[in-house]
Amino acid sequence: MTELNELTLAEARDGLKARTFSARELTQAHIAAVEKARALNAYLLETPDRALTMAEVSDAKIARGEARPLEGLPLGIKDLFCTHGVVTTAGSRILEGFEPHYESAVTHNLWRDGAVMLGKLNLDEFAMGSSNETSAYGDVISPWRRQENGTLSETPIVPGGSSGGSAAAVAAHLCLGATATDTGGSIRQPAAFTGTVGIKPTYGRCSRWGTVAFASSLDQAGPIARTVRDCAILLGSMAGPDARDTTCADLPVPDFEAAVSRGVKGLTIGIPKEYRVEGMLAEIQKLWDEGAKWLAAAGARIVEISLPHTRYALPAYYIVAPAEASSNLARYDGVRYGLRVPGRDIAGMYENTRAAGFGREVKRRIMIGTYVLSAGYYDAYYVRAQKIRTLIKRDFEQAYAAGVDAILTPATPSAAFGIGEKASADPVEMYLNDVFTVTVNMAGLPGIAVPAGLDAQGLPLGLQLIGRPFDEETLFATAQVIEEAAGRTALPRAWWA
Amino acid sequence: MNAPVNPKKLIKGGLHDWEVVIGMEIHAQVTSRSKLFSGASTAFGAEPNDNVSLVDAAMPGMLPVINEECVAQAVRTGLGLKAKINLRSVFDRKNYFYPDLPQGYQISQYKDPIVGEGEVLVDLSDGESITVGIERLHLEQDAGKSLHDQNPTQSFVDLNRSGVALMEIVSRPDLRSSEEARAYVTKLRTILRYLGTCDGDMEKGSLRADVNVSVRKPGNPLGTRCEIKNVNSIRFIGQAIETEARRQIAIIEDGGTIDQETRLFDPGKGETRSMRSKEEAHDYRYFPDPDLLPLEFDQAYVDGLAEGLPELPDAKKARFVSEFGLSAYDAGVLVAERASADYYEAVARGRDGKAAANWVINELFGRLNKEGKGIEETPVSADQLGQIVDLIGEGVISGKIAKDLFEIVWTEGGSPREVVAARGMKQVTDAGAIEAAVDEIIARNPDKVVQAREKPTLLGWFVGQTMKATGGKANPAAVNALLKAKLGIE
Repeated sequence: MTELNELTLAEARDGLKARTFSARELTQAHIAAVEKARALNAYLLETPDRALTMAEVSDAKIARGEARPLEGLPLGIKDLFCTHGVVTTAGSRILEGFEPHYESAVTHNLWRDGAVMLGKLNLDEFAMGSSNETSAYGDVISPWRRQENGTLSETPIVPGGSSGGSAAAVAAHLCLGATATDTGGSIRQPAAFTGTVGIKPTYGRCSRWGTVAFASSLDQAGPIARTVRDCAILLGSMAGPDARDTTCADLPVPDFEAAVSRGVKGLTIGIPKEYRVEGMLAEIQKLWDEGAKWLAAAGARIVEISLPHTRYALPAYYIVAPAEASSNLARYDGVRYGLRVPGRDIAGMYENTRAAGFGREVKRRIMIGTYVLSAGYYDAYYVRAQKIRTLIKRDFEQAYAAGVDAILTPATPSAAFGIGEKASADPVEMYLNDVFTVTVNMAGLPGIAVPAGLDAQGLPLGLQLIGRPFDEETLFATAQVIEEAAGRTALPRAWWA
Repeated sequence: MNAPVNPKKLIKGGLHDWEVVIGMEIHAQVTSRSKLFSGASTAFGAEPNDNVSLVDAAMPGMLPVINEECVAQAVRTGLGLKAKINLRSVFDRKNYFYPDLPQGYQISQYKDPIVGEGEVLVDLSDGESITVGIERLHLEQDAGKSLHDQNPTQSFVDLNRSGVALMEIVSRPDLRSSEEARAYVTKLRTILRYLGTCDGDMEKGSLRADVNVSVRKPGNPLGTRCEIKNVNSIRFIGQAIETEARRQIAIIEDGGTIDQETRLFDPGKGETRSMRSKEEAHDYRYFPDPDLLPLEFDQAYVDGLAEGLPELPDAKKARFVSEFGLSAYDAGVLVAERASADYYEAVARGRDGKAAANWVINELFGRLNKEGKGIEETPVSADQLGQIVDLIGEGVISGKIAKDLFEIVWTEGGSPREVVAARGMKQVTDAGAIEAAVDEIIARNPDKVVQAREKPTLLGWFVGQTMKATGGKANPAAVNALLKAKLGIE
């Protein structure tokens, strides 16, 4: 029999409803799995007592026939979401020990719907990274390993980032699903690297209130889970209007789960030629072609489209995101909360605190952001990047206006790499991981990554679908077709347990 | 900017005359119950850090939400300044580090302010008036307060003010003397108080001024300016300008040049001193706040607010002149405070407007000033003062008795009409009674009678004696006429 923690979220929900097992048993199974998987370093903080208390409340609710949509389902929470009374670090020393007196809108919605919190998940520091190697609390190790000559390689693999803890925990069955955030690809890239499903919804679909900010105009929360359906269920609870975030859309949340089985008959799927980048790996191209074939076989019309400003997206992103970050991270100054390192005067205290509190990548981005906003450089960098952003958005608008319902691309340029393999290299090489995903953030669109196969070394590869604003439903329907066609790929042996 | 130079306004230097050019940035605290982007209270005088929300303290993940009342107040103010209202404006972040700035940036408006160009008509003491151009008005957050005197080794921070809404009102460099500058701030304060958009209380810091001062030879291009930060009284604004202008003139006349810099005025020492030079100026790295959408509203919203505006001082003054026949000067005095104008109007309605103005300005304001009271604290109500004016008009009491009556009403209260009746203060108009008094005085002073026929100005002495004999109650006009007839003076 399958262990309870290996069920999908939808299966677990149905099992609870049918009283096949209790929320307490389900939670207990996850707590045990989490304890055995500490080698992955996916959880920064385990909250088993809280989880069991929540599970007991869920069991009581289920017994009374009052089950809420996520009743008794154990989840992991990316440590970028502020959780009331539970330490929230954003993966940074500067927030070590910080205990919020408030609950983020997204996690509040999950608890409102009956979900159970297993703990806080590791991430790149302030969500800045593509490999989860920038966390102040150590790298997250992917549960996946390369197959070499029929045996598992010992080389530790990155889970991707910044939601590396979320992706690794979901892939290793350490939670049924996890919250994540995506500023330039931080949900979709780790989902693709770990054979999980991750959706970055339309900007404004989920409230940003109570989520530690990286780049306000790009940040968006979303779920990572093991199936498309599980993502649809989770997003249905996470999303919704919030007057406390003026950029949050005042729109009702559709029944995402109902959309999963809609199929793609009659849909037009665009294949953007500009995503066929120079030096693209053959296996990525093959995967992409295969994805298009699956969709065509299911009744979709495949058309080639052009998104001419794609190549400017990454450079523009690396101006806009650091600019906003340099300002957003100014509040971590040692004055009111978090780390404080004394200095000879106030400027000395700032310098010492921020020098000790921030890691290399965060410092690099603060420096870039400060530079591009400086007098004399603002017009040359920030203003031009914003113009590019407008053009990228227009590319998509034109494609959708021409009748395209969704756009199919690879999720990443390659499968996951080994820990340390890119950490010492030129940071731009790491940034290139986001080449297929940043355009979506720049345009504020929804994007989903769905597993589509394995590379030659047995590591997962994913495809990305990009949708119209606030049309996550089409993405779920389309991703479901790919998921079914590709077949779910099993994890290799649980080497960590 | 190059209006004809008024020689009276020039400052005498050692070598020649200098023209001072002044522009001002006024920071006016918006009257609102809660802060610009949070629900925390703006009440003055709370314990340190009592009025601080999670947003004001810039906790991780907190987001600003615009307070619509502050937007309405800024639009009302713009309308009061006859300014262009921008239907779309943008909030920007002004980035700098300071312990009383929790976010590490101030949310302000940089390129696209909510209010554009306007003007303020300013009356000067010589009866002249000038029009001061308003360049813009924008909304921004106030900072908190650093307390350096609470602990020997640490500074404390009070965030009660952090996030309170301010309107920064930027004038053009249209002011040419400290007097003009003072009059401008006074007038601006009057307009804000009429509108109810800022209480104008400089002692509580509700109104602060940054003053830009430069000097030049009349007719020359603008000189290099220095900005004097955070001057917090109208008197100090005048002193700071005088001091700074003289400092600059002395430097230039000694062959030096002015460095553009930010300075502070020390009223105790009567000097300005450098705070930071242009090179040390912050690079604020302004950019649009990505947490906030552009602020947009339609013309109907503006029109709705315009309809709800009170009559403003300039219109009220013009109406007082035309409706009550007042001099421009008196009308100006009366409209300086909305409460005074309302009081005056209550007294003047249905009465002689000029007489009412005299009583309000000379007696009431005089007495209030003497006791350091504001019009809100007057013990004599408009109705009571109106009755006093009526009693004079009806000839029931003389002007002199009226002053006594005013004093009684001031200290003891009561209905003026009843006081007059109860205390027998009624003017004597009975010709017989007055005649008897006059006859007696003439009989007792034959020598003075002779002199008066030579020198008619002595009539005044006889009037005084008669008034004294009648306890001041005799009708002065009747006394005059009778004496002239009896003494044979034309």
